[in-house]
Amino acid sequence: MDAQITGNDDWTVAGRHFSSRLIVGTGKYKDLPTTAAAIEASGAEMVTVAVRRVNLSDPKAPMLQDYVSPTRYTYLPNTAGCFTADDAVRTLRLAREAGGWNLVKLEVLGPPPTLYPDMPATLEAAAALIADGFEVMVYCSDDPIAAKRLEEMGCVAIMPLGAPIGSGLGVQNPLMIQMIIANAKVPVLVDAGVGTAYDATFAMELGCDAVLVNSAIALASDPVLMARAMKAGVEAGRLAFRAGRIPRINAANPSSPLTGLIR
Amino acid sequence: MDTATEILNLTVNGERRAFPTRLTVAALVTALELDMRKVAVELNREIVPRSTYGQVALHSGDILEIVHFIGGG
Repeated sequence: MDAQITGNDDWTVAGRHFSSRLIVGTGKYKDLPTTAAAIEASGAEMVTVAVRRVNLSDPKAPMLQDYVSPTRYTYLPNTAGCFTADDAVRTLRLAREAGGWNLVKLEVLGPPPTLYPDMPATLEAAAALIADGFEVMVYCSDDPIAAKRLEEMGCVAIMPLGAPIGSGLGVQNPLMIQMIIANAKVPVLVDAGVGTAYDATFAMELGCDAVLVNSAIALASDPVLMARAMKAGVEAGRLAFRAGRIPRINAANPSSPLTGLIR
Repeated sequence: MDTATEILNLTVNGERRAFPTRLTVAALVTALELDMRKVAVELNREIVPRSTYGQVALHSGDILEIVHFIGGG
């Protein structure tokens, strides 16, 4: 019965199949063992990672790969910290050499305090990466026109923000997220802004293919418990979306028949 | 033997480093005690394919970036 309900609901991005609809970030955790335990609890199959200079003064420091195996999880290298198309391409070429990954997360952010996606720079970087053979999952504004343009350029997934990165405010503009989903032929993921499990549920109920969460898990008081909550939240939202919710009506509608009452 | 001419001055991850001998990329990565399987190397803004680390010789003035994966969102 349960298999009938949950079975065969994989999603596909760039020809790769995943059963988990939760992608988790690996940043902001207090240490690598907690990172590993939370990712395990989340059930995620894909994790985002950043590319940075090695610390030459401490070359034997434990590395992410020692705790989060790139053979078990699909690494999704990101371009966090890149502010130009050139930086993004350089960074992801290095990531590709480090692990051979073509599937990447492009994010080109504007300055604090919004860290809002810089869409002109994002579009330029996406074009450069696609020309270089990358399969680009792109973090973007919740702008249906920009999202469509990114899809038409060849991006393999569109990832609008739900709210500013790390804000924990949940999906602030569900109408635009729904419009992006309705117009897209590639997967749409809410990336950024999830604060707790029901934000992930809500995003999935809108019809997102998956949700990307980092801060909400990593900075929770108990990251492992929150990771498990996010897993449940994403599953609940997905099931509810597939089930088809009842329409909202501005009136009561009794659950018990009003006929056949005793007199 | 004029050892002074053999000094190899490199910029690695923004730090100036001097080595007393000629090096390939592979020898540099080893000298820095890094795990070759877990890093990627850029030499003068060009990617160095891992399969060529043993053949690519370094020259004074070369600028290298050596990166790895860390936690990120």
